[in-house]
Parts: sequence; structure tokens; C-alpha cells
Amino acid sequence: MIWLTEFRTFLFQIYHLVRKEFLALLKDPKSRAILIVPVIAQSLLFGYAATYDLTYSPYVLFDASRSIESRELVRRIDATGIFSRAATLSSQNEIAPMIISGKTAVAISIPPDFARRLAGGENAPVQLILDGRNSMTAALSAAYIGSIAARYSAERFGAAQAIQIERRAWYNENLNSRWTILVGLIAALAMIQTLLTSAFSVAREREQGTFDQLLVTPLRPLQILIGKAVAPVVVGLVQSSVIFCVIRFWFGLPLAGSALLIFAVLVVFNLAAVGLGLSISAYALTMQQAMLYAFLAIVPMMLLSGLFSPVSNMAEVLQWVTYANPMRFGMDAVRRIYLEGAGLEQIWFDFVPLAVMAGVMMPLAAWLFRNRMS
Amino acid sequence: MGSGFLRRLASLVRKEVRQMLRDRSNMAVGISLPIIMIVLFGFGISFDLERAPIAVVNESGGACAQALVERVQGSKYFRSSRAGSFAEASGRMRRGEVIGILRIPGDFDRRAAAGSAAVQLVLNGSDAQTSKTLEGYVTGAAALAACAGGAARGTVTVVPRMWFNEAMTSTWFIIPGLITIILTIIGAFLASLLIAREWERGTFEALFVSPVRPVEIVLAKACPYLVIGIIDIALVLLSARYVFHVPIRGSVPVLFAVSLEFLIVSVLMGLLISAVTRSQFLASQLALLTSFMPAVIFSGFIFDLRNMPLWIQPICNALPATHFMRVAKTLFLVGNEWQIVAQGAAILLAYGVAFVWLAVRRLPKRLA
Repeated sequence: MIWLTEFRTFLFQIYHLVRKEFLALLKDPKSRAILIVPVIAQSLLFGYAATYDLTYSPYVLFDASRSIESRELVRRIDATGIFSRAATLSSQNEIAPMIISGKTAVAISIPPDFARRLAGGENAPVQLILDGRNSMTAALSAAYIGSIAARYSAERFGAAQAIQIERRAWYNENLNSRWTILVGLIAALAMIQTLLTSAFSVAREREQGTFDQLLVTPLRPLQILIGKAVAPVVVGLVQSSVIFCVIRFWFGLPLAGSALLIFAVLVVFNLAAVGLGLSISAYALTMQQAMLYAFLAIVPMMLLSGLFSPVSNMAEVLQWVTYANPMRFGMDAVRRIYLEGAGLEQIWFDFVPLAVMAGVMMPLAAWLFRNRMS
Repeated sequence: MGSGFLRRLASLVRKEVRQMLRDRSNMAVGISLPIIMIVLFGFGISFDLERAPIAVVNESGGACAQALVERVQGSKYFRSSRAGSFAEASGRMRRGEVIGILRIPGDFDRRAAAGSAAVQLVLNGSDAQTSKTLEGYVTGAAALAACAGGAARGTVTVVPRMWFNEAMTSTWFIIPGLITIILTIIGAFLASLLIAREWERGTFEALFVSPVRPVEIVLAKACPYLVIGIIDIALVLLSARYVFHVPIRGSVPVLFAVSLEFLIVSVLMGLLISAVTRSQFLASQLALLTSFMPAVIFSGFIFDLRNMPLWIQPICNALPATHFMRVAKTLFLVGNEWQIVAQGAAILLAYGVAFVWLAVRRLPKRLA
């Protein structure tokens, strides 16, 4: 029964360290606020702002044809509810200032012979001038207007398009890009603060001179490690839950998979992040260094995670680098579970690397506690 | 002020530079983080779909279907692989091996002859943006397929011309935006800890009992970071021209000057955060919250401001980064559009003055 008493002492000692860590983190009302308020604000604001979908696009029109046909085409463009006419121009020369000033991203110019060519059975080109300062919006607008023109042509002759494409999108019927980004935030936003919180925990004690005291307490390195890891992991999980609720209940994204599995992934993901954070913390000699190294890790991790643009679009070499990034796996797993309803058997290849990273980073942190002395 | 001001400033700057050089982590982050970002943004963030893995299920054995399959296989946008059945293709999509399925039904050729052929395109909606782009390319490939039914009779064609970005690549607008992101981060990350650190260590009082004035402290603290920032501006401009071949159509000296102005505003914002929080933990959190993510999302960097809900636009316009972003993209891709440049420069100047005023006001009041 001695081992049981020892085990209880073991846990009891950890409990006190954990309590102290939470106190250090939450004692100051400003710190408490900064761990919760920004996450809510960010997930709401980003949810509205971070979309690649065309929802509202002002355009300018120069219609030199002024025919029934050109008016019909324009009517169809206006009827989408997405394109709204910012100005009707009276000459081609007026287009350039509108585009350059950024007032509009699209200018539609219909040539004078538009109706005549259509009547004569020729192809009638309509010119689109697009603002390449954001080539994504430009390309989307061009594709959209192109499809309106194609449908108009087809209906004029009562014939179908050459080859019709019947689209079916799984998991996200309307291809709403907000869904993709929002779900990614569950992993991304929480990790930022988890990493920062853990990166500060040892460095703060070092700078204040209390870390040496901690080392001479009866606590073993394993206990220090666990004690130091609990608070940041809890912070990360609470933040993820907040973001999850905003997405699920405010934006109303349907949850296809199991919330429990998402949290299982997040626990392992946070352990990997905290392992990295504590290693940084133990390696850094000052708080300033800890923060700088944490930033040095956070920015590439965000960029190589697939949050903003898919990993498959990256250069080949960088795609390999993403395999060292816990966020890539965490984000992929959360997205698959949330949107696609994936089960454990479909995400194990995200799960295993995360577990391996947690298993490597945590002991590394413990080793650094002991071996990195200023 | 006079010579005493300059002398005191010089010795303070010397102190700050020494302090920074002693701790290499500052330099390491100030120079290496921008280089990492140039590489990652330049080669990593791309909205141009290439070699998208799709599965093709050809249930029709006809010549017309074959022509369509070849058209898709020949396209640089896809990396297509054949699947024997739709069930097999579905399995591959569930496992994430392909992001789309093109299914050509058995009656395709018969219907093509009648002029009403249809194919099915199944997309993975969990990556909506990629799916949409993919749909556009498949539509394009289908339109070009040789066996397009029906004679071409007077159709309306759309001829898009992308101004300022003839290469039609997202790199051309990402690299000009990158200069904004890097300067925001350098300013906020590095500078935000400065004063907070001295408060926490109690070395600030020591500075105050010396004959220096608050404004001198702020200036001296900002100086080393300005040098790092200038190196970073040069790095972005050089890599834009020689690595990514993004044109700089406006005046390079003007671009440099406005970048410098924005750098000063960013550093001042960092100092202000530092002066307000007085704690390194809070300062770092606040710096991260107000710099990296907002600069990426609200500044018009990748998400088009014209496309956002109207009530969010005031938030976007409240960020100095948004105004600099507009100037940077214009000077890179459009040319010397003086009205845009002057407007942006004036707004940045106003921010700079406001930040100096706030930071200086904050310092002495707190000491008493």
C-alpha cells in the first residue's frame, strides 16, 4: 500500500503546482479578460469578414450598344443580387479611374456592335475589366458573369449548354467558404494563446528567480512538467469550446461528426502545442526571448496549416515541411470531423502524428527544465 | 530642446542598441521571421489551384467522353486518376485522396449527339474555395471539349481582362501585401515588450530620475527597431523583384518612404501597447491580437474589403494596416497614383501623431 500513498502524494504535489499556475494566470482580472474576451470577438468578427465568397460586388457599366439584348444581359447581372451597379458610364475612358481608385473591382463594357453581331449569328464579346490587386475576387466575378452570359445565350436559342455540369458538393452544399475558415479557427485561435501561455510559464519564473526554488522543492521533473502543462491545456480547451459554441450556435454550422472526438483531438493537439511552448519556455533565458521564439513558431505554424489556403496549393517542399506542423494535423482533423463527419478510422493519420509530437515535445521540455540553466 | 536633446538622445540610443545586441533573440526574430514569412507567403500561400487531385469515372465508352477525359488529363490544373466505379471514387474522396469526382454517365455520347450531354461533378465542400475554383476549370474544360454539341450560333462571350495583374497569379497581390504584414508584426511584436519589460524589472524608474524626458525615452527605444524594420523593407522589395518577379510600377523611393512611415506607426503602436499594459504577458497577448490576425484578415490583404458586410468596414478602416495596404498594392501593381498615395500617407501621419501623443501622455502620468 506504500505505492498508493506515494501516488497520492505525487498527485497532491501536482495539484498544488497546478493551483499555483492557475492563480498566476487568472489572479489579474486583465489577464482573465484577455484569455476569454478576444477569442469571442475574434471568432465573431473573423466569421463575418473571412470569406472568399462573392456576396456583394459593386460594378460599373459602359453600354455602348444600348440595345434590348444588352439591357437584358445587364438585367440578368443585376438580378443576381450580388452585383450592384455603382455607376453607369458614358465613355470607355471613365472606366480606368473607377478601377484604379478601387471603387469597383469590375467594369463591364458592351461594344456598340453587340446586338448587330448577335443578330448576325456571330459571337458577341463583352469586355470585363477586373482589378488584379485582388485576383481572387476578380477571377470569381469573371466566372460568375461568364456563366450568366452563357445561360443567356443558351436561353436565347432554347438550347442547352454544350455540356452541362451537374454539381453536387458534399458536406457543404452551397460551397460556403466561411465554413472552411471558421472551423479551422477552432484549432488555430486557441493554439496561439496556449502556446503563448505555456511559453511564458517557465520563463516568467526564471526572470523572477522563482524557478530555482521550484527545482529544489521535492517535486520531480515529471511533476513539474504535468503541473506546468495542465493550466495551458485547460486554457486552450476552454477557448476552443468558446469558438466551437460561436460557430455551432451563432453561425449555425451543422455539426456532422462527434463533438467528443473533436475534443479528443484537441486534447492531444494542445498537449503537442504545450510541449512546444514549455520547451521554448525552458530554452529561453528571459520572458522577452520566450515570447519572440513563440512568435517565431506561431507565424509559420499558422501559414503552413492550411487555414487560409489549402496545403495542396503550396510548393512541394513546403508541403513536406507541413508534416512537422502540429497545427496542420489538428486543423485537418477538426475540419474532417466537424464538416465531413469523419470517425476515428478516417482521421487516425492526423491523430498519430499529433500523439507522436506530444510524446516528443513533452519529455524534451522536461529535459530542458533540468539542463538549461543560465 | 537643442543640443542637449540630441546628446541625451544619442546616449540613450546607444544604450538601447547595446541592450538589443547583447540579446540576440531580438535580431534573430527581427530579421529571420521576415525571411521565413517571405518564403512561406511567396511559396506557401497560393490561391491558384494547380494539379488538383480528381478522380474520373468514365461510364461511357464513347469517343466524345474519351475526348473530354483527355481534355481534363491534359490540363495543368488537374492531376486526374481513373476510377473503375463511382463507389471506388467515393471511397477515395472520403479518405481525402481526391478533392473531386468527375462522373461521365453511360448515356453521355448518345445525349451529346442530341446536343444535351451532361456530366456530374462531385466536390468536397469542406474546402469550399478550392471546390469552386475546380468547378470553374471543369466547366472550362467541358466547354472546350471537341465534341461540344450544337452549332455555335451568336453566343455572348465574356472576355475578361485582368488589369495590373497580367500574370493572373495570387503571388502578385500577396507579396505587396506581405510588406504590410511584416512591418505590422515587427512593430507590434518587438516593440510591445520594451517598456513593459522595464516596468516589470523596475528599471524604468531609474531612467526617469535621470535628466531624460519621456519623449526622448520613446524615441530612443524606437530607434533600433526602425533599423531592423528598414532592413526588412529592403528584404521584401529585393525579393519581390528578384525572387518573385513582381513588378514595382510606382516609384521605389516613394514606396520606401511610405513603408518607413508605416513602420514608424507600427513601432509606435507597439510602444503604446507596452506603455498601457505594463506587463509582458499582457503586452504580448495584446500585440498578437492587434497585429498578425487582424492585419491578415481585415486589411484587404487576401479578403476583399469590398466584399465584406458594411458594418465591418469601419473596423477595417480603423486599422493603419488597411491604409498602407492600399498604398503598397497600388504602388507595386498600378503605378504612381498620387491621390491614393497622398491619402494613405496623410492618414498614417495622423495615426503617428496620435500614437506619440498618447504614449508620451501615458508615461509621466504613471510615474507619479
